[in-house]
Amino acid sequence: MLDVLIIGSGGAGLSAALSAKKEGSSVLVVSKTYPTHSQTSQAQAGINAVISEENDSIQTHINDTLKASHCLASTKRIEALCNNAKDTISWLDKLAMPFSRSKNNQIAQRLMGGSSNKRSCYSSDYTGLKLIHTLYDTCIKEEIDFLNECMLLNIIVSEGEAQGITYYDIQNGEIREILAKKIILATGGYGGLYAGHTTNSYATTGEVISIAYKAGCTLSNMEFVQFHPTTLIESNVLISESARGEGGHLVTANGDRFVDELKPRDEVARAISEKLNKGEQVYLDLRHLGLEKIEASIPQERRLAYEFLGIKIEEELLPINPAAHYTMGGIKTDCKAKTNVQNLYACGECAQHGIHGANRLGGNSLLEIIAYGKIAGEDAALEAQKMPTPTNGNNKQLKNDIDYVNSLFEQENKTNFYTIKEQLGNLLFDKVGLFRNQNDLDFALDTIKMWQKMYINMGLDDKTKVFNKNLLEFIEFKHMLDLSEIITKCAIGRKESRGAHFRSDYATLDKRFNKETLVCDIKNNFQLNFEEVR
Amino acid sequence: MILNIKRFNQSSDTKIEKFEVPSNNETILNGLIKVKQTQDASLTFRCGCGSGVCGSCAIRVNGTEKLACKTTLQDNDLIEPLNYTSVIKDLVVDLSFEKDILSKPKAYLQEYKEEVITPEDEQLIDRQSNCILCQSCYSSCPVLEVNKDFLGPYALSRVLRYVNDKKEHQEKEKIDLIQTNGIWDCTLCGNCTMVCPQQIDPKMDIMNLRMKSMQWGYKDPNVTDYNTGVDFGFNPNSF
Repeated sequence: MLDVLIIGSGGAGLSAALSAKKEGSSVLVVSKTYPTHSQTSQAQAGINAVISEENDSIQTHINDTLKASHCLASTKRIEALCNNAKDTISWLDKLAMPFSRSKNNQIAQRLMGGSSNKRSCYSSDYTGLKLIHTLYDTCIKEEIDFLNECMLLNIIVSEGEAQGITYYDIQNGEIREILAKKIILATGGYGGLYAGHTTNSYATTGEVISIAYKAGCTLSNMEFVQFHPTTLIESNVLISESARGEGGHLVTANGDRFVDELKPRDEVARAISEKLNKGEQVYLDLRHLGLEKIEASIPQERRLAYEFLGIKIEEELLPINPAAHYTMGGIKTDCKAKTNVQNLYACGECAQHGIHGANRLGGNSLLEIIAYGKIAGEDAALEAQKMPTPTNGNNKQLKNDIDYVNSLFEQENKTNFYTIKEQLGNLLFDKVGLFRNQNDLDFALDTIKMWQKMYINMGLDDKTKVFNKNLLEFIEFKHMLDLSEIITKCAIGRKESRGAHFRSDYATLDKRFNKETLVCDIKNNFQLNFEEVR
Repeated sequence: MILNIKRFNQSSDTKIEKFEVPSNNETILNGLIKVKQTQDASLTFRCGCGSGVCGSCAIRVNGTEKLACKTTLQDNDLIEPLNYTSVIKDLVVDLSFEKDILSKPKAYLQEYKEEVITPEDEQLIDRQSNCILCQSCYSSCPVLEVNKDFLGPYALSRVLRYVNDKKEHQEKEKIDLIQTNGIWDCTLCGNCTMVCPQQIDPKMDIMNLRMKSMQWGYKDPNVTDYNTGVDFGFNPNSF
């Protein structure tokens, strides 16, 4: 039997795979896309680590991360992450990650919003792209096995133990199962729910978090969604924080600055949103940096602005708006990336590791996906080698899933689910977005419940077997609705404002909510609790 | 705006279908999404980041490789899948060969060597390491028309990226592995360079690898060696 089965092939999944393989375990990576198509490629700015304590300190990195979390992160976890950050960078450097170098031939570092010092290691502004390709190249070298374009349908659970998965093979339309001793979920966040208002990939739809919830996993802090302040109008293409880190200004049409550009993302995004809501356009002004500096430090931003809006940032103002970018919530894990379901791990953005709390510092997410990917892979491999081969106690899941998918082909297509998916994105952005209040959240919840009931009247146009993306997106959409319900309920439950969760009807932080949100499914009933962060 | 899309599925013949989408300075990807969401949900294509960095949406537009997410839709565009690999459905092609052509020439770090890396060292591999594996260069390469075993442009650019990486201790083996079905098969037509959405120049990279190969003692097999030892009895340069 397979030792370690990894679902997802972004930075977290590939780090887990390499670490598990290094420990001598058999490893398989199952992924909805190809590894280099993953959203990790979109990360631009950098990876935080204190490399030298000459001008910075690990304690300052810890303090900055804790401060951004607004008392919702685990000090112990942050300490472990920050203390090991230099080793994480060193691991990547030795895999040939082409980090940009400073004049003294050290790994170059740049300033990011919310950070006290220049701490973000980078590769021009293609950090995520070069990172995922470095990991992929290493996986090829280490002969890691991949099953690409296969979508998780369910986690096979028997008596509280994860035993394997069922999946839909997109390329041939088959539904199959894989059994494994340990399973690691590394499938990214749920920013894609905000369709039309997100920087996320079309593939980042969060269905695996919904599947994990139904399999018994506790989810945590799901109401905390980070909106990136600067994305291009219309396309929502990300303009990295490095643009502001390098000295870019946020201005109105008449050139007035209105916010400290390097404040945490939630504050900057809300300040921009207030201007937009008053009908004013907001711009990123990079003209004063000069072409030479722009080309050297943010070449991708220059190209993106030109390619998507036809704007030369060295000459013109760049119109921007905020968009959903990163989800702090996810599957609750312990310090070894274990979920509450036996033999099941989660790492990366799909997990809630106790690092970001109510807000995430730019540069901490790439650090987290690599660090926790490695932790999960290593721990799963070592534990798998110690455990006896389990006997399969649940052979019903595969049959249930085959029946379920067949039933989707039978559903009559009275309502176009793509239209509702677009409306869901608008609803979440307007009502469960940067500014929230009870009335809006109640309205959102009622609407989501109405769409859940309507799902039975939606269906497929494409009835073919091979590469049926219509089916894949229809399955995703069901989970998107279910996850949206959870996020909205969590946002209703947290009657305060903290970090990325801003309630205009409870506009201040309430110390009674110095607790993380935990939700689980008990016999098909939604349970929400707030618990002290440990 | 009219979009002409080459359609294929395993139960019917290949055909070109016309769709009309509202004209609004859209990208081709947005056009395809609109068709799928409002007219024909069976239309199948890959897409991901929408910002030109995941490499999943490469297609041919009027015969030239483009990323659908970065290309503005023009009236009557002909949209086709990439060349030199089998079509699975509509614009989705088989990508399973990618791992093979990267592993054959060992386009990865084989053995880490501790070295001081300067900004200039990093600059030397910067452009090649921006490759998004979109397959555009591969699809544009005429050599693959006649030699399906040719490694193709992006695999060779990636080899150069590691050969030029000071951290690599085993650059010679990579040079050895690109002699057959590799650098000497390239016709230096430059199609790959023209279509690369990341401004990588595989043609120049291949020329660079040829120079390095010669430094390692390899010869261009296409150049006839006249030093055959046969005396033709006449030397035009002699007096």
